[in-house]
Amino acid sequence: MLYGKYFSIHLKSQMQYKTSFFLTVAGQFLTSFFAFLSICFLLGRFRQVDGFTFAEILLCFAVVLMAFSLAECFARGFDTFSSVISNGEFDRILVRPRNEIFQVLASRIEFSRIGRLAQAIIVITYAIPASGVSWTFDKIITLIFMLISGCAIFSGLFLIYASFCFFTTEGLEFMNMFTDGGREFGSYPLSIYGEGVLKFFTYVIPTALFQYYPFLYLTGRSGNIIYMFLPLAGILFLVPCYCFWRFGLRHYKSTGS
Amino acid sequence: MIELRNICKTFRVAKRNAGFGEALKALFRKEYTYVQALKNVSFSIGDGEMIGYIGPNGAGKSSTIKIMSGILTPDSGECVINGLTPWKNRKEHVRHIGVVFGQRSQLWWDVPVIDSFELIRDIYKVDGARYKRNLDELVAMLDLAEIVRTPARQLSLGQRMRCEIAASLLHDPAILFLDEPTIGLDAVSKIAVRTFIKRINKERKTTVILTTHDMQDIEALTERILLLGRGQILLDGSLSDLKKRISEYKTITLDYISGYFQETEGISLQSKIDGHAVFRIDTKMISVSDAISHLSRSADISDISVVGASAEEMVVSLYEEFKI
Amino acid sequence: MKQYLSLFRIRFTNNLQYRAAAYAGVATQFFWGFMELLLYRAFYRSDSANFPMDFAQLSSYIWLQQAFLTLFMVWYLDSEIMQTITNGNIAYELSRPMDLYSMWFIKNISARLSRAFLRCVPVLLFAAFLPKPYSLSLPHDFPAFALFLITSVLALFTVVSFCMLVYISTFYTMSPIGIRVVASSLMEFLSGAIIPLPFLPDGIRRIVDLTPFASMQNLPLRIYSGNIAGAEMVRGILLQIFWLLTMLLIGRLWMKKTLKKVVIQGG
Repeated sequence: MLYGKYFSIHLKSQMQYKTSFFLTVAGQFLTSFFAFLSICFLLGRFRQVDGFTFAEILLCFAVVLMAFSLAECFARGFDTFSSVISNGEFDRILVRPRNEIFQVLASRIEFSRIGRLAQAIIVITYAIPASGVSWTFDKIITLIFMLISGCAIFSGLFLIYASFCFFTTEGLEFMNMFTDGGREFGSYPLSIYGEGVLKFFTYVIPTALFQYYPFLYLTGRSGNIIYMFLPLAGILFLVPCYCFWRFGLRHYKSTGS
Repeated sequence: MIELRNICKTFRVAKRNAGFGEALKALFRKEYTYVQALKNVSFSIGDGEMIGYIGPNGAGKSSTIKIMSGILTPDSGECVINGLTPWKNRKEHVRHIGVVFGQRSQLWWDVPVIDSFELIRDIYKVDGARYKRNLDELVAMLDLAEIVRTPARQLSLGQRMRCEIAASLLHDPAILFLDEPTIGLDAVSKIAVRTFIKRINKERKTTVILTTHDMQDIEALTERILLLGRGQILLDGSLSDLKKRISEYKTITLDYISGYFQETEGISLQSKIDGHAVFRIDTKMISVSDAISHLSRSADISDISVVGASAEEMVVSLYEEFKI
Repeated sequence: MKQYLSLFRIRFTNNLQYRAAAYAGVATQFFWGFMELLLYRAFYRSDSANFPMDFAQLSSYIWLQQAFLTLFMVWYLDSEIMQTITNGNIAYELSRPMDLYSMWFIKNISARLSRAFLRCVPVLLFAAFLPKPYSLSLPHDFPAFALFLITSVLALFTVVSFCMLVYISTFYTMSPIGIRVVASSLMEFLSGAIIPLPFLPDGIRRIVDLTPFASMQNLPLRIYSGNIAGAEMVRGILLQIFWLLTMLLIGRLWMKKTLKKVVIQGG
C-alpha cells in the first residue's frame, strides 16, 4: 500500500539520525513526565479533586496523552502545515495525481513522538488496575472508543490549523489553546473546570465526548450506555474540519502562495 | 497541445512599512494593494515543441506555470491542455505532466535516490516493466549509475539536478515544465542537462516549457521564445528572428590608460571601471570602424575587442524596448 | 551605548511587525490563565486547608505569570545566535566593536521585552477587571511593589545570564537541539512555570528554592502577590542576587576562554 511505502521511507530517513532521534524521544518523554509529576504533586497534596481519585485522574491523563501522541505521530503533516506550505512542498503535492489529504498525512510521520506515547503507556498500565474500574467487556470497548475518538478529534484540530494556514501563517498559535490546551487541561476530567467550560468542550470542540462522558461510564459514576458511544459521535467532528479544509484549499488555489 | 486564451489574474498584496511608528499602526489597520499579474495572456504550444519562457522577475511567469500545472485558478480566461482544464481536473491532468522546480527538490534527503524514484513510481502507478525501461534509459542518458544509490544530501548540486530531472520523467509525462533547471550548476553539468533535455524532446516528443534567466539555456535549447512582461505576452517569436532584429548592436570593450569619453550618436557607455570600459554601438547610426576611430581619439587604448550581441544583451535590449 | 540602543530598537521594531501573532498570543494567554485558575479553584473546593497561599494571591501570581510569560521563559534561545555558533559565522560577530557577551545579552533581552510588551498590557488589564478573587489585585503596599519591580528586573537578567551559559555550552556540543530538548522542560518545571513552586511538596520545595530557577520568576511573583515577606523575602532576594552575579561571572569568564579557543582553531 502506498502509505506503507511512505512509512518505510520515513523510518529509513529518520533512523539516519539516531542521536537526534533519541534525544527528541527523551525530550518528549520528559515533557510529559513533568505533566505527570504535577498531577502527582497536586493530588499528593490535595488527595482528590471533585471526587476524582489520583488513579482515576491518571487514567484520564493517560488516555488524553495517548490520543494526542498518536494524532501527533500520524497527523503531524497538518500540525506542521505552515512549513509544508512555505517551503513549496504543498505545490509539489498538488502536482501529483493523488489525494491531497493523503499526501499531507504521508508527508510527515514522526516517530520521535513515541516519547510521549511511551509515557502514556507506562502511566496507563499503572492506572488501569489502580483506578478501581471493573474492567468488563463494555468498559474495555469504551476505553478503545475513547482512544480512537480522541485521536480523531486532535487530528481534526490539526486539520483546522492546517486549513487556516491557507489563509495566513501568522497568529495561528491560538490553535494551541485547543491542541496543547486540550491535552494539558484535558488531563483532568473537564467537569472540574465548571459548567461553561464543559459545555464548550461538548458542543463546540467535542473533547468532552471522548474524555468526560465515557469516563463517567468507565468509572461507574453513570450507567448511561449512551455515554459509551458518545466518542463515536465525537469522530464526526472530522466532517466540519474537512469542509473547512476544502474551503481553504479553494482559497489557496485562487491566490497562489 | 497547450492552449491559453485571455488568462487574467489579480493578486492582493498586503503592504508592509518600515519604521517603529508604521509598525505600531499596522497593528490596528492593514493596507492592501492590487497587483494585476496577468492581463489577457494567450498563446498556444503544439505537441513536442520546446519553448523558452522569459521575462523579468515578477512579470507573471511563475503564475502562468502554476495555472498550467493546475495549482492556481485564474480569475478569467480559458486554458485547455490535451483536452483538460488543469485546475478543474487536477488529478487527471497532473498524471501527464512533470515539473522541475530549480530550487526545491522532490527527492528525499536522507535516503538513496533510488528509493525516491520507487516512491514516485508508486505514486504515479507506473507499471513495473515500463518503470524499469524508463529507469534504465534515464540512468544511462544522465549518467546516474554511480550516484543512484546515494542519499540526495551527499550529492553535488549538478548530480542532484540530474536526478531531479530523471525523477520528473519516470512516468513519461507528455509535458515537462522546467523552472530554472541550470541555476547554480557548474559548466559541465549545465551542458549535460541541456544535452539531455534536447534529446528527450527529440526522442520522446516531450513538450518542454523552459523558464530561465540563463540565456545560454535559451540559445542551446529553444527556437521559440515567449517574452512575458508586466503580465502580458510581449513577444512570441523565434530566436533567430529576434537575433536578426538586434544584430544592429555591437559591443566594444576596451582597456585604456587615460582618457575622457564623450557620448556621441550611436555610442553609449555601459560601464567604466579602472581603465576598463564597455560601449554599445548602434550600427544603424555609426559604423564599427567609425566608432573605433572616435574612441581611439578620446583615449589611449591598450586593448580593444568587438563582439556581436549575445543572447544576454538581446534580452536586455528587449527589456529596454518594452520598458520592463 | 548608542550602538546598544539602536540594536535594541531594531529588534524591538522587528518583533512588532507580527500583529496577528500578538493578538493570538494574548488570546492564548487569557485562556491559559483562565483555565489554570479554574483548575486550582477545583482543588481549593476539594481541600482548602492544604492550599499554600490565598486564592487571591494565587490569582495575581497566575495572571502575572501569563502576562510576562514570554519575558521570563527559560527556553527562549535566540535562534540567530544558535545558528551563528553552529555554522561558524562567529567570525563576523567577533569583528564588531562590541563585546560579544554584552551583545548577545542585549539581543536576548530586547527580543524578550518586545515580545512581552505587546502581550502583557491587554492581559494585565483584563485580569485587573475580573471579579475577585480571580483578578489581578494590587500589591498591598508600595514597598512590595517596588521590590517586585526590582526583583523582576533581576529575574530577567538571571534568566538571560542562564541562557548565556547555554549559548556558550553550544560551542562545545555543536548541536542546537541536543541539550535544549531534554533540559527545557526540566528548567520550566523548576522555575515554577508548570505549577507554582509553593504547590510542590515541602521537601522538594526547599531544594528547588535554593536553585537559580526559583529566582527567575517565582520570587518576583510571590513578592507581588504578598505570598512572601519579611526575612524569608530578604533571604530570597539575596539568593537571587547571588545567583545572578555568579552566573554573570561564570558566563563572562567561560566565554572569554571559549572564544580564545575558537579564535585559535579558526571557528
